[in-house]
Amino acid sequence: MDIRLLLIDDEEDFARAVARRLAKRGVRVDLAFGGEEGLARLDESPADVVVLDMKMPGMSGLEALRTVRERHPLVEVVLLTGHASMESAREGMRLGAFDYLLKPCEFDTLLGKIREAAERKREQEDKIREARSRREGTERESA
Amino acid sequence: MPDSQYYKSLHRSMAITVVLVSLMPLALITLIGGYQYTEIYKAKVMDHLEEIVRKHEQNIDSYLLEKVGEIRVLSDTMGPECFRDENKLETLHKSLMTRHGGDFVDLGLINSQGIQVAYSGPFRLGLADYSTAEWFRQVKKRKVYISDVFLGLRGIPHFIIAVLFESGGKEWVLRTTIDFVSFNELVENISIGRTGLAFIINERGEFQTKPRIDLSAEVPFLKELLRKATAGGKSATPFSGKRVSDMVVSTIGPNPLTGQETIFLSTPLKQGDWLLVYQQDSVDAFSDLSHTRNLALIVLLIGVVAITFVAFYLSKRMVKRIVAADKEKEMMNEQVIEAGRLASLGELAAGIAHEINNPVAIMVEEAGWVQDLLAEGLDKEGNMDETKRALVQIRTQGSRCREITHKLLSFARMIDPTTMELQLNELVEEIIGLSSQRTKYAAVQVETELDPALPTIAASPSEMQQVLLNLVNNAVDAMEKDGGTLTITTKRDRDDVLMTVADTGCGIPKANIQRLFDPFFTTKPVGKGTGLGLSIIYGIINKMNGEISVNSAVDVGTAFTVRIPSAAKSGLPAEADGGNKG
Repeated sequence: MDIRLLLIDDEEDFARAVARRLAKRGVRVDLAFGGEEGLARLDESPADVVVLDMKMPGMSGLEALRTVRERHPLVEVVLLTGHASMESAREGMRLGAFDYLLKPCEFDTLLGKIREAAERKREQEDKIREARSRREGTERESA
Repeated sequence: MPDSQYYKSLHRSMAITVVLVSLMPLALITLIGGYQYTEIYKAKVMDHLEEIVRKHEQNIDSYLLEKVGEIRVLSDTMGPECFRDENKLETLHKSLMTRHGGDFVDLGLINSQGIQVAYSGPFRLGLADYSTAEWFRQVKKRKVYISDVFLGLRGIPHFIIAVLFESGGKEWVLRTTIDFVSFNELVENISIGRTGLAFIINERGEFQTKPRIDLSAEVPFLKELLRKATAGGKSATPFSGKRVSDMVVSTIGPNPLTGQETIFLSTPLKQGDWLLVYQQDSVDAFSDLSHTRNLALIVLLIGVVAITFVAFYLSKRMVKRIVAADKEKEMMNEQVIEAGRLASLGELAAGIAHEINNPVAIMVEEAGWVQDLLAEGLDKEGNMDETKRALVQIRTQGSRCREITHKLLSFARMIDPTTMELQLNELVEEIIGLSSQRTKYAAVQVETELDPALPTIAASPSEMQQVLLNLVNNAVDAMEKDGGTLTITTKRDRDDVLMTVADTGCGIPKANIQRLFDPFFTTKPVGKGTGLGLSIIYGIINKMNGEISVNSAVDVGTAFTVRIPSAAKSGLPAEADGGNKG
């Protein structure tokens, strides 16, 4: 199963280390080191899952999340938060994030979450496709 | 904690205030009441004395009138032939003597030439010739005459009442001698207190009654009194008529005899020929008053002493309470400062934990990466190099962690509240290092302009950290929304050190500037701020004899300026260990 992932985190070294390990496990990782940058990257190349750090200088994680939900409603978002920003994680869940993980998190947990999120996105897309084909079928029948 | 001098003056001013406030009404009541009472009492005493004098004047006048009346009745009803008969005269005289308590000593009839033609009495006077006597001349003029008291021919004090009547175209005079003793008793019985006495004097200042004590020295004065008393015009009423006006004159003045202040009451008698005088020393007359006054004074004195004592005692207790309260406040302040310190330390710790989180996370991932590589086998192309790189990264991140914990440790080591000499610049650098994480995420640029020639200050390092940390935290909070620049400046100002912490944040509204340093005043939402930060800073700076001021414009920024006396100025005892760096 091929997953396209966008990892948005201001800590470059961390992001790269995680990206390397994810790549070993067949995840195609794109990196961005800030909110704006991440959004731009997402507009250029589509992704299934976005892993988003809540606490970043400049554009905050919440804002980035809000924009992602607006522009790419199908993309699932996994949040990374510290203990200090639990409140914003809850807010993120309300905004429709897939789940959140406390930093520092186990790599395997992160990987699992990414896979679950990608799975869910597939299901959603399948449903949409089904609905669309059904509608097209009815349209064809009615035509 | 204020010094003992402050409490002493507090005690003094409290006590004095209480004493004054308590004594003022007491003194006023005593003065006003005392004055009123004195005046009223004096007036009452004078009224009473006047009444006595008036009564006696009436008594004396009516006594004289009565005696004159008696004689006139005789002269009207009995002809001279009746008096000329010695036997009849004697019968008359005896009857008068028995019915009138022996007042009429004798009775005599005198013809118009002044020759006594008949006589009844104890003295064998025979045909005495009175033609040259004063009383005879007067009676011819006035028809009725009461003489002054005189010793007369017989050396016994008495006075004469003589009545002129006409009978058969001839003038006769009926004359009687009145016993002076019984008359004298009338007046002498007036005796009040120790010194109150009454007497009668005539126009020439001769005593008509015998006063209890020798008053001859008073005569000139009494004469003056007499002159005054009669100056108002002699009583127009003859003895036969009704008394029209009372003429009681009262004067209070020094008695020339005793030098004491004396009350004199006088009233004319006998159409102003005589003067009834009552005199009494003021002290004696108003003795009850002086008793009362002494009592009042004693009460006042006891009151003053009691009030003073109580005021001093109470204010001492109050001051003790205040001292205790101040001590408690001091302790509370220290506790609050400690609490504030802990709060800001907590904030700091959270920031630091967050800061440590990242390198730790990197180390974990890199280690995991190495494990991945090992699972693949190190002989695979590039895996060895990759492993080496990862290990270097792990080391790098490890030392980053160590640095962070060192910062925190150096901070925690300085929880010592003792005052020492320290360099503010170093403290500023340290705090900026500790706050770097916060400022980074709030998009705040930190700029410092530190004066390299800054003198040291005498302060408790932990308290100064508190000050700086709170100011920096506030500045960052103010800029959290859209970032900005935090500028910390230190410079020397004569013997003081000036530090300014300026931000380009939201600023403080005018209305809040007043309450800025009040404890528990906060604009932050519940749970975010305690409202203690600035009040703690204020307390700390105040304790160091420093000042803190604020300049702020809404939406432009805020600058807090702290002025702290240098160590040299605050006279810190030289420390063996000048610094505090560990």
